[in-house]
Amino acid sequence: MKPKAILFDMINCGGCSRCVKACMELHGFKGDPEQVKDLSATAYTCLVPEKEDYTVRNLCRHCVSPACASVCPVGALVKTEEGPVVWDGDRCLGCRYCMVACPFSIPRYEWDSTVPCVRKCDMCIDRIREGKKPACAEACPHDATVFGDRDEILAEARRRIRKSPKEYYDHIYGETEIGGTSVMFLAPFPVESLGFKKILGTDPLPALTANVLKKIPTVLVCGGAALLAIWWITKRRDEVALAESNPRWKGMNR
Amino acid sequence: MSAERTNHRLGFWKGMFYLLVAIGLVLTVVRYTKGLGAVTNLSDRYPWGLWKAFNVLVGVGLGGAGFTLMGLSYIFNARRFRPIVRPAVVMAFLAYTSAAVALMIDIGRSWAIWHPIVMWNPHSVLFEVAWCLMLYTGVLALEGSGMLFERLGWHRAAHIQHTATVPIVIAGVLLSTLHQSSLGSLFLIAPGKLHPIWYTSMLPLLFFISAICVGLAMLIIMSRLSAHAFGRQFDVPLLGDLSRILVAMLGVYGLARIWDLTLRGQLGTAFGWGYESAMFQLEFGLGVVVPFAVLVWPKLRANWHLLYGGAMFAVFGFVMNRMNVAITGFEGAQGGRYVPSWEEVFMTLMVVALVFGGFGLAVKHLPVFPDVGVGKAPAVARAQVGSHRFSAPELN
Repeated sequence: MKPKAILFDMINCGGCSRCVKACMELHGFKGDPEQVKDLSATAYTCLVPEKEDYTVRNLCRHCVSPACASVCPVGALVKTEEGPVVWDGDRCLGCRYCMVACPFSIPRYEWDSTVPCVRKCDMCIDRIREGKKPACAEACPHDATVFGDRDEILAEARRRIRKSPKEYYDHIYGETEIGGTSVMFLAPFPVESLGFKKILGTDPLPALTANVLKKIPTVLVCGGAALLAIWWITKRRDEVALAESNPRWKGMNR
Repeated sequence: MSAERTNHRLGFWKGMFYLLVAIGLVLTVVRYTKGLGAVTNLSDRYPWGLWKAFNVLVGVGLGGAGFTLMGLSYIFNARRFRPIVRPAVVMAFLAYTSAAVALMIDIGRSWAIWHPIVMWNPHSVLFEVAWCLMLYTGVLALEGSGMLFERLGWHRAAHIQHTATVPIVIAGVLLSTLHQSSLGSLFLIAPGKLHPIWYTSMLPLLFFISAICVGLAMLIIMSRLSAHAFGRQFDVPLLGDLSRILVAMLGVYGLARIWDLTLRGQLGTAFGWGYESAMFQLEFGLGVVVPFAVLVWPKLRANWHLLYGGAMFAVFGFVMNRMNVAITGFEGAQGGRYVPSWEEVFMTLMVVALVFGGFGLAVKHLPVFPDVGVGKAPAVARAQVGSHRFSAPELN
């Protein structure tokens, strides 16, 4: 299966909250979808007000090279070939490094549970595997949340910008940022919210730690050799000093 | 010091120990029956708090005293340090086990703590740290096993342990180099979140150097405390050596920090106004500049109180640094403030109390300080110390 992606088009979104409602119903979460202000362990997506009465969705970006998956010590978070980044409760030990690492601060924790889970959007991976759309994309009445293969989604985004260049700000958020994401955004103006700041750059975040981890074998080999050498030299120096202090040796030296 | 006063003091600390452990245990029960949210101020914005920053980052750093001293006395063959090798190993072992205990309480699924042994993710810095910590705690146990063998009278085992000392020490120094620096690498993944005063690609190197600094400072403090507790005299030449190396390392560390801030153009921010800047200045000023400025003068560091005070400031700076990297540095990006709950503070104190209790037990039952050791009355030891100052028989 080709990797999938979601496109969120701010211009088409009227803020009806049907995506939030569909998500909550699918997962059996209770509450009023219109009252959801932030992501939580019982809200995998929410609508965030932007300037000029626009609304933007917040949800897991399903990064192409996810920081959360790279930092997880036990590989409980995995980037699937279908595109979603999913969490495996049988592996997770609850260190919450994924929450520290996520550049968008997406993962939520069940703080009041004795068997806590990391909670976040999984792009409805079970539905995708059945050939269906994620619940939010299916519920959207205005083509604001669209789902498809990532390359087709990108083409669709470009098509929309080309068609109405005056309405759209010419940038697809998530196309290249930190190596690309599988949830992308179109906006009428540069968006500062959502964590797509310039500071993130286009290099995948896992490279930052991979570069350090790569040095470990060198440190071990060179460090080990250096320590052995120092040990041998200092030991030898002591032996020489000891020998030279021996009166018999002194005599021989003369 | 009269015996009565000593007993009073001991009684007070014993009382404190039981009180802290009792409160801590009650809170531990609450934590495991109601979840982390019931006892901590951790949140989705601040998933890492006091336990990760203090018990793990600081705890493991203070345990750096172990590898610093083992390296000095066995690799650099500085025999003068041998008398404090054993207390340092015991302290490091306790620091690492206490970090493991705290980590176990901190993680959401404590029963899964062993997962990194079989479930591998070599791309994860934390995976590497977990392995290094496990292996190094094993190495520390090996380094300390000589004491146990001696106590049990297993001379053959003690002899084998003694023969294997150098390879064990080399393994320990390498593992420590890796995980002390990797604790800094943990934060490399969060360039958008950690404040630029602390976020730098040099984090691993800075964490490593500062672990050596704090290791040396802890050795100075430990020498004083053990001298105090066991009626020993201070071994002045030994402390002179320690303080000289500490000054040099503090100098290297201070210069590296300034150089790094300058290269990244953050010097102005670091020494400017604002919350983060103030926290940095507190960390750097009190924790690096002050101890360096005092201890760099041979006359001043020859003064006991100043040397001890300088070492305390260096430890304070280290604690501040780890707290700033793990907590303060995230507050700008995450919004709001994280302040630990009283429950978090008390559970931290419980773990600290257990470390002190463990050290007391080890000193009582193992030949940690050989001439005070098992079966000898302290008075005899004091007399011995008086006659040939701190002349513990060649250890290991």
